[in-house]
Amino acid sequence: MTFGSTGYDIAHLLGGGILLLSFVLLYQRRLDAVINAFAVQGGLLAAAAAWQAHLQSEPGLYVTALLAFGAKALLIPLALRLLLRRLGLHRTVETALGIGPSLLAAAALVGLAVMVVLPVTAGQAQALTRENLALALSVVLLGMLMMIARRNAISQVIGLLSLENGLVLAAIGVQGMPLVVELSTAALVLMLALVAGIVVFLLRDRMATLDTGLLDRQRGEGPP
Amino acid sequence: MADFFPLPWLIVFLPWAGAVVLALLAPGGRWPPLVNCGVSAASAALALGLLAAPEGVQGWTRVDGVNQPLVALGGIIGLATALFSAATVEAERFDGLRARAYHAAFQIFMGAQFLALLSDNLGVMWVAIEIATLASVLMVAVHGTPAAIEAAWKFFVLCGVGIALALFGTILLYLAAQPLVGHGDPGLSWAALRLVADRCDPGILSLAFVFLMVGYGTKAGLVPLHGWLPDAEAEGPLPISAVLSGLLLNAALVAVLRAKAIVGINPGALEPGPLLLGFGLASLLLASLALWRRRDARRLFAWSSIEHMGLSAIAFGLGAHVAGMLHLMGHSLVKSAVFFGIGAAAQLKGSQKISDIGGLAGSHPALGWGLALGIAGLAGLPPFSLFVSEFRLVTAAAAAQPWLLLPLGLGLLLAGAALVRVMQSLCLGPATPDAPVAGAFARPGGLWWASGPVWALLALSVLLGFALPAWFAALLGDAARLLG
Repeated sequence: MTFGSTGYDIAHLLGGGILLLSFVLLYQRRLDAVINAFAVQGGLLAAAAAWQAHLQSEPGLYVTALLAFGAKALLIPLALRLLLRRLGLHRTVETALGIGPSLLAAAALVGLAVMVVLPVTAGQAQALTRENLALALSVVLLGMLMMIARRNAISQVIGLLSLENGLVLAAIGVQGMPLVVELSTAALVLMLALVAGIVVFLLRDRMATLDTGLLDRQRGEGPP
Repeated sequence: MADFFPLPWLIVFLPWAGAVVLALLAPGGRWPPLVNCGVSAASAALALGLLAAPEGVQGWTRVDGVNQPLVALGGIIGLATALFSAATVEAERFDGLRARAYHAAFQIFMGAQFLALLSDNLGVMWVAIEIATLASVLMVAVHGTPAAIEAAWKFFVLCGVGIALALFGTILLYLAAQPLVGHGDPGLSWAALRLVADRCDPGILSLAFVFLMVGYGTKAGLVPLHGWLPDAEAEGPLPISAVLSGLLLNAALVAVLRAKAIVGINPGALEPGPLLLGFGLASLLLASLALWRRRDARRLFAWSSIEHMGLSAIAFGLGAHVAGMLHLMGHSLVKSAVFFGIGAAAQLKGSQKISDIGGLAGSHPALGWGLALGIAGLAGLPPFSLFVSEFRLVTAAAAAQPWLLLPLGLGLLLAGAALVRVMQSLCLGPATPDAPVAGAFARPGGLWWASGPVWALLALSVLLGFALPAWFAALLGDAARLLG
């Protein structure tokens, strides 16, 4: 399958869309917009998984698509929105690295991902696999960047969630990957636990400021 | 019969079944700790039985020289921890829900770390490490104090990123092998991947190893990915530090070693040894300095775990696999003993600050001398097995890379001196007043429930170092052959 065939083009388009959404996540200044962008990314991921299920005639991937849609496009965004409303506190994104520098760093990371993946996979015949992997690695790196560049606990969790979107994108793109449904479901369970964790902790008002920069205060290493 | 007997799965599912029972059992009273001890004793018996099982692959699991010793060790440490937990759980003052969550999470963790060691399928191994992570986050957070929640959160987020990267590495590993192994389960089987590794694409293999090293290395507490470890070990319930330090770190390092054994076969791929060596040296040197500045006793011993994981990583990086395996096992035994000792002391003194604990050997001889010997063992003094493994490591380093002796010796000396200093202040010297936590050691037998496991583990560590049975040494030799 190469450039120009419908199967390739649509898979490429969806992968590219997911990466684009990673950029969108980085330049939002309001938390509810970040959550919206994440929901769209989850929807695109579900579409990509369904498309790969069709391409590879792998019915199991439809399950992955369904789970991704239910959890990432609906459930998690809904839970995070309810949390924001319930807390009713500042909804602006607190940045450790400004928006402009974040986007520059993001562009550099995408370049890095492409430069790393394309040469090492040169022996692979499947062009789709290679480009899919480059896209997935970019999404993973951008997710990590978001975790570093944002100080708010909710933004950091969304960074980790979008990082995991990159993983699923990689897994579904590798043809014949064993246990792909099980692995993506297990990863999803981890993310759901993380979201449940933040909802419970925040509602119990233990981390009232949401600012993870303050995490270091509990080190038990005060003066003797 | 022997071919179909699913011993590995029994070892995994027995604790999980125990977890279900413990979650359903009415909290309070003496039953939950007793059931916990019973399940752990049965698991330990099965785990020791695995030593007699023949080497081989069964479906998703495998039995070999790498996991047999470590699973047996896991069973023993699990049992010792359950006993210590029964002695100290009352003073933790859990309410009903927390007591259930604590006991169930402990058994889920035990089953998951057994599965991580026993799995042949790298996907299954990843899922097992994920389950172990979730269970340990729950255990760290169980007290619900702000410090515990923040420690658990840090643990969750850092290890979440770590295992996400490890999954990416696992996918890449399959991608490298895909043209050779085709579709289906064998694509993630360790045995199958080792057979085809020399013909895989070296570029993808190298990339996969970098992700697996960083991902699982985070869980193994290697510098610079260690940030979660001191907080998680200091803020969870007392017995948890022993299994986090003694078992979780081992399972994660074994995952790195399995990846290394695949990638190392391919001559064109990145050499995994030097990378592991670098992480190990960084861990050793940073930890040996950090040990001097700790005021919290449990954080101090968490840093000492970082040091010892670093030493093991150096041994494996140099190819001294027997020394590395011995070091992993010796560290688990001695470190668990020390965490039991310091946990009991913390309950007796009502504080885990080093300055509040002193003169234990005078006031509580059995506990104090056990702790003192354990800390001396961590500092690398004989007659414990860490002395033997460190000696073998230094000899191997001198033979392979003489320049390594300088950083290695410096790290060992600095860390050893820091530990001896702490040992003097904790165990010798003037005694600090007791201020026991309410309910501490109220059972008949009192403190012996804590000092008993300490002495038992120390005795095992001496055996491991100086009276190793020939068949066990042969097992370690097998491990070295497999990992080489």
